Amino acid sequence: MKRLQQFGNIITLLGLLCFTVTLFTGPFVLNSDHIELLSQKEQDIFAKSLKENVVGKQFNTSFGISSEITALYTEINNTNKEAELWDLVSYKSAQDFAAPLVSAASQSPAKEQQTGFLLLTLGAMVLGGLMVILPKFKTYGYKGIKHNHIYQKDITSGKGIAYLLGGYLIAFYILLYWFPAYIVNWVHLVDGLSMAISGNPASRWFLYGFMYCLVMLVMGVRMIAKYRHNRYQIIRTVSVIFFQIAFAFLIPEILVRFNKPYMDFKNIWPLDYDFFFAWNLDQMIAEGTLGIFMLVWGIALVVIAVPVITYFAGKRWYCSWVCGCGGLAETAGDPFRQLSDKSVKAWKFERFSIHGVLVLAVVMTGMTLYSYFSGATSILGLETYTVQKSYGFMVGSVLAGVVGTGFYPKMGNRVWCRFACPLAAYLGIVQRFKSRFRITTNGGQCISCGNCSTYCEMGIDVRAYAQRGQNIVRSSCVGCGVCAAVCPRGVLRLENGPEEGRLNENPIIIGNDAEVTLDLGKKR
Amino acid sequence: MHVAILGNGIAGITAARHLRKRDDDVKITVISAESKYFFSRTALMYLYMGHMEFKDIKPYEDHFWEKNRIDLVFDRIKRVDFEQQELIGESQSLSYDVLILATGSVPNTFGWPGLDSKRVRGLYHLQDLEYLESVSDEIDHAVIVGGGLIGIELAEMLRSRDKKVSMLIRDKSFWSSVLSKPEGDMLSEHITKHHGVKLIFERNLKEINAGADGAVQSITVKESGEKIPCQFVGITTGVKPNVDFLRKSNKLEIDKGILVDAYLKTNLPNVYAIGDCVQLREAPAGHKTMEQVWYVGRMMGETIAKTIAGNPTIYNPGPWFNSAKFMDIEWQTYGLVPAEIEEGQEEIFWKHPNEYQAIRMVWDKESKLFQGINVFGIRMRHERFDTWLREGRSIQHVLEHLNDAYFDPELYKSSLQLFMDAVNKQYDFGVSLKKKSWQRIFKLA
Repeated sequence: MKRLQQFGNIITLLGLLCFTVTLFTGPFVLNSDHIELLSQKEQDIFAKSLKENVVGKQFNTSFGISSEITALYTEINNTNKEAELWDLVSYKSAQDFAAPLVSAASQSPAKEQQTGFLLLTLGAMVLGGLMVILPKFKTYGYKGIKHNHIYQKDITSGKGIAYLLGGYLIAFYILLYWFPAYIVNWVHLVDGLSMAISGNPASRWFLYGFMYCLVMLVMGVRMIAKYRHNRYQIIRTVSVIFFQIAFAFLIPEILVRFNKPYMDFKNIWPLDYDFFFAWNLDQMIAEGTLGIFMLVWGIALVVIAVPVITYFAGKRWYCSWVCGCGGLAETAGDPFRQLSDKSVKAWKFERFSIHGVLVLAVVMTGMTLYSYFSGATSILGLETYTVQKSYGFMVGSVLAGVVGTGFYPKMGNRVWCRFACPLAAYLGIVQRFKSRFRITTNGGQCISCGNCSTYCEMGIDVRAYAQRGQNIVRSSCVGCGVCAAVCPRGVLRLENGPEEGRLNENPIIIGNDAEVTLDLGKKR
Repeated sequence: MHVAILGNGIAGITAARHLRKRDDDVKITVISAESKYFFSRTALMYLYMGHMEFKDIKPYEDHFWEKNRIDLVFDRIKRVDFEQQELIGESQSLSYDVLILATGSVPNTFGWPGLDSKRVRGLYHLQDLEYLESVSDEIDHAVIVGGGLIGIELAEMLRSRDKKVSMLIRDKSFWSSVLSKPEGDMLSEHITKHHGVKLIFERNLKEINAGADGAVQSITVKESGEKIPCQFVGITTGVKPNVDFLRKSNKLEIDKGILVDAYLKTNLPNVYAIGDCVQLREAPAGHKTMEQVWYVGRMMGETIAKTIAGNPTIYNPGPWFNSAKFMDIEWQTYGLVPAEIEEGQEEIFWKHPNEYQAIRMVWDKESKLFQGINVFGIRMRHERFDTWLREGRSIQHVLEHLNDAYFDPELYKSSLQLFMDAVNKQYDFGVSLKKKSWQRIFKLA
């Protein structure tokens, strides 16, 4: 078993190595046909220069050809701007402009031998991962909590190799979001698959969605092996994997196949921050019945589903049963949950930051809708487009992706959900003030050991409540149920119960003569 | 007024916190030689196993103490001058107006030869854990003497690092002072079969044999004379009050522990004692004179704080409760469940056919008054049992409403119906499980 697992580790690393090396494969030769991939306007502006400088030349890597194209693009664009020839200025980022050309120019074996390379890279990582994970059903031993050595290994205690992993994740997200021209070979790996599902060649978002599903699936199996004594954890894990694969990945791609608007039916504004953007509204309205259904559905999720379901079950129904970000956190992120900061300081910062992002999302969307209906492009001197763009960059990309996932190995698996997700903020407000959900503390049984707080991914100091016999009612709690699972004395239980008595602010710890501390509650 | 609290375990710290809640002005000093900051003793095992770091087992952040103006002194008190009301420490002396002794306990030993050899140690203090860590690499096989709660924790710790572990247990079955034989046997099976610990019953330690380097090489078993080679001996034969340094004074009345009255007051003016170091002169109803568990320390801390804040309060705990975890099996108990039932009592013992789940309930044969429950592998609501015990409910009432007390995580498959079937097979109560009712649980109108 141990051998098999070691072997699996090696295969995973080799797969990762192949995946990384794929980025550097070539060659790249742009021919004049490829230029037709550009829009007519772009062709008018850039075709001549591309033909003179890039077409027919051989480049070894995507980096070489990309920098040639982006340099050329930037130069022509700048010249036209200086000459104030606004009709001849393109507003795309240079990388976005270059990506389709570089993609077409690729003659990398990753593009030519897709299946082979897919197996060698992602396939090897999945195989290796499963070779490590499947034996855990046996090596974990008798069912129960399996936390031995977590703080004795660098990878799970935020030391040494954890930095390497974090660095790799951050680099991956930076490439994915801002350097599409560099990663065309990665995208080619899944072209065939994308053709089969949506009838289109893969985009980087298809690649990302596919990898996301794979990671959740493999690490979801790990989660189930680890918590195989706990039905709550098993069902919850199956649920997040299902919603990711069916709702976030397959259904939108199939919609595209039938020329319908792309829609993830479980993504809710303000997490789905561009739902009310003009292009999306126009697209849905133009679509007829299905489009109108999508619009109504999207709004109903915000105004009905969130408050109603959260009232009955707490925000967990979304954050740890349905959401994709939560799903990744609960599967791939589980090994890092203990790294969340439990200090009061972190809590203060969290309240400020997450509600700040919610306010930003509301303002940004308000401007968007105002512009949509009034036609004004700016409000109080602020350009709606700029605000949307900045929000997308800061919140949608930097916080949700780079920081949200890149910092798993250092700050725990819920950095995004805890500090920045505007939907989590909204769900949290409902959960805190109008919900039946709470974590019940079991009388006086707490021994203050700290397992609950340590393994709370949201950084809630669960013990602070449990040791004073108080229920845990916190806006940030995503109801993952791990605190209850790791408690050695059966002290915690996630429950949906009557609102009355849910907030027991001055609890009496059961066990002693109740008279002893009764007056303390009254005093306040 | 200056209140000095000697010992920063759960008892001393609870006293300090509650005293501050009740009195803004009193000066509070907590003294410990173990660690400046309060930590959860019950969580020490998790440090060795790598589940947590030291920062994680401190229930309060370091700034808490300053904020609440509780002074922490890290020093060893060698002697108490009760007449001058002064604590004499290794690096300083402190005078007090009121003294709360919360000195805890120390591992019990029975004077075995070789006890002072290297790699022979109990598991109680932070320093014990540090010592175990420092010799850990030298251990291949460890013998644990005593099969109680600390013993099983130590076994779990050593097994987490793949050490071979044998436990030398005086009695016929596991923790037989508290558990019945079938209960103990279920735990023994789990500990042996799933965690590879060798349990040696009805054997006592004769001596510890050290090598030329002064470190343990083997132990000798009293009954058989057999020598068991080992590189570590864990002494977990219970604990006793940590009072030896107080005996020197001759003023403080001490028996096994510091003798206190119902107000937790010693025989000396302005001196109180709480927690593990205490022996009550008179046991409260349903309790013993010495109960060395976490919860008692906490309850005594709550009580003494009220007394010292000017509201003399009798220590009068409610129905007994306790809990533990034996490797992967959780145990909770509410009320009084003797290892073997006494005359006039009746019991039901049920064990799940495939899982490590078991329930034992005890009641009065005549009046059917419910007296207590032991439950393994199933969680129960403390509040429900506390209420039923205080209200003096019958066994039928408790059985009927058992779903109200069910506390396993959501979506678990409850085994309570299986248990009820077993009850009804053996006894003619004619009761069936009612559906859980929030109204009953929360006494809502």
